[in-house]
Amino acid sequence: MSVLDLPTLTRILRENAGVDESVDLSGDILDIPFPELGYDSLALLQAIGVIQRDLGVALDDDAASAETPREFLTVVNGGELPSAGNA
Amino acid sequence: MTAVVTGIGVAAPNGLGTDAYWQATLAGRGGLRPLTRFDASSYPSRVAGEIPDFEAAEHLPSRLLPQTDRMTRLALFAAEGALGDAGLRTEELPRYGVGVVTAASGGGVEFGQRELQALWSQGKEHVSAYQSFAWFYAVNSGQISIRHGLRGPSGVLVTEQAGGIDALGHARRHIRRGTPVVVSGGVDGALCPWGWVPQIATGLLSTTTDPERAYLPFASDAGGYVPGEGGAILVLEDDEQARARGARRYGEVAGYAATLDPAPGSGRPPGLLRAVRLALDDAGIGPDEVDVVFADGAAVPELDRIESDALTELFGPYGVPVTVPKSMTGRLFAGAALDTATALLAIRDGLIPPTAPVDGPAAEHRIDLVTGAPRPARLRTALVLARGYGGFNSALVLRGCTDTTESEETTR
Repeated sequence: MSVLDLPTLTRILRENAGVDESVDLSGDILDIPFPELGYDSLALLQAIGVIQRDLGVALDDDAASAETPREFLTVVNGGELPSAGNA
Repeated sequence: MTAVVTGIGVAAPNGLGTDAYWQATLAGRGGLRPLTRFDASSYPSRVAGEIPDFEAAEHLPSRLLPQTDRMTRLALFAAEGALGDAGLRTEELPRYGVGVVTAASGGGVEFGQRELQALWSQGKEHVSAYQSFAWFYAVNSGQISIRHGLRGPSGVLVTEQAGGIDALGHARRHIRRGTPVVVSGGVDGALCPWGWVPQIATGLLSTTTDPERAYLPFASDAGGYVPGEGGAILVLEDDEQARARGARRYGEVAGYAATLDPAPGSGRPPGLLRAVRLALDDAGIGPDEVDVVFADGAAVPELDRIESDALTELFGPYGVPVTVPKSMTGRLFAGAALDTATALLAIRDGLIPPTAPVDGPAAEHRIDLVTGAPRPARLRTALVLARGYGGFNSALVLRGCTDTTESEETTR
């Protein structure tokens, strides 16, 4: 079972790191690299902190090196690829 | 190479934006208020120069909000104003042609306090990742350069309340070394308990609770100063380039010097007078050419005496108009760069703003303090002074640009 889906990830990013004005986070962004979404590694670290805190999961540093939302969700969900329904 | 100021951006307790600030300052309208940003009822000093009407979300993209202390938000606001005012298209300048040099006193301490409180009260999972830099005293230079893509020489000067002047002096060095534009100045603010307590510890803060009587530089009832938040960012530019693009030039940074006071008890004189002399020498002028002094105005009797003695020694008793418009904003720490902006606006309009609400100087200060209403005067050269706790003294000489450019004539 997934602990994190895409809508939750985008909500956490939106609330804790803001949103680049030129980006639509509600679109199909699973495979778009984070820099193109306006997020640097620090924004991911910020999100990781919130996920650990609010969802009660322990994450290692691998999550911060994820290059896309799909990779990030995969790491957070323990290697389980997010299903299409999560997008 | 000559460094001229071609852009001004202001965030001040009595006016957000250059025009609002300047109109309030000429009208003698101050921005000191009982502190509202935190519960100050248990502290001996309870008045501050708060900026009441700054909603960061109206001025900054949401990506910047979680990662910025209030002083950085205000600095970004002022920097955008300054670059817009200068009419510079930074993308058309050489890739490394625009530097950023700002001043800071303690960094983003309000952000830092919040995150440290989260650390000891809730644990490390509750600390923002942005704490890694948001507290840092160099953060304003960094955020300004990132937001506007400015890749030239950058830096930060930390000399307590003299830094806003020192940054401009350092920016001029970069112009002289060949960087055509440097965004410089200082915007500061530490209106939180962590920023407040060390100020109280200096013993220099006013404990008067009436905002109208709390900060009275050179007055007979001067009893310390009031801290404020805000400041100014200026665009310094190589004069040749400024002329070539027909920019409005507020004035030239003609002279600068900084000194450090001798150790207490040494018996040697304070360093302020020497800083002024060195700055005048640097500008190649004598005291007789100075038309107005924007004084440091600590409102601490001993410090006021040192300053008025220096001015009297150099200019003679009542020898030059002196003003301290920061009486209306509180002392802005690195934001002392605002005095430079104010002096340039005074030169532009031929008006010396008053030291409101001071009625007049104490008899022991034999200076021509401008009080009450703005004083019309033909201003060519202004001297700006700033001092910081720990013995910092800085002096800047500004000179109006005489030959008007075409764009100036068309906009008048």
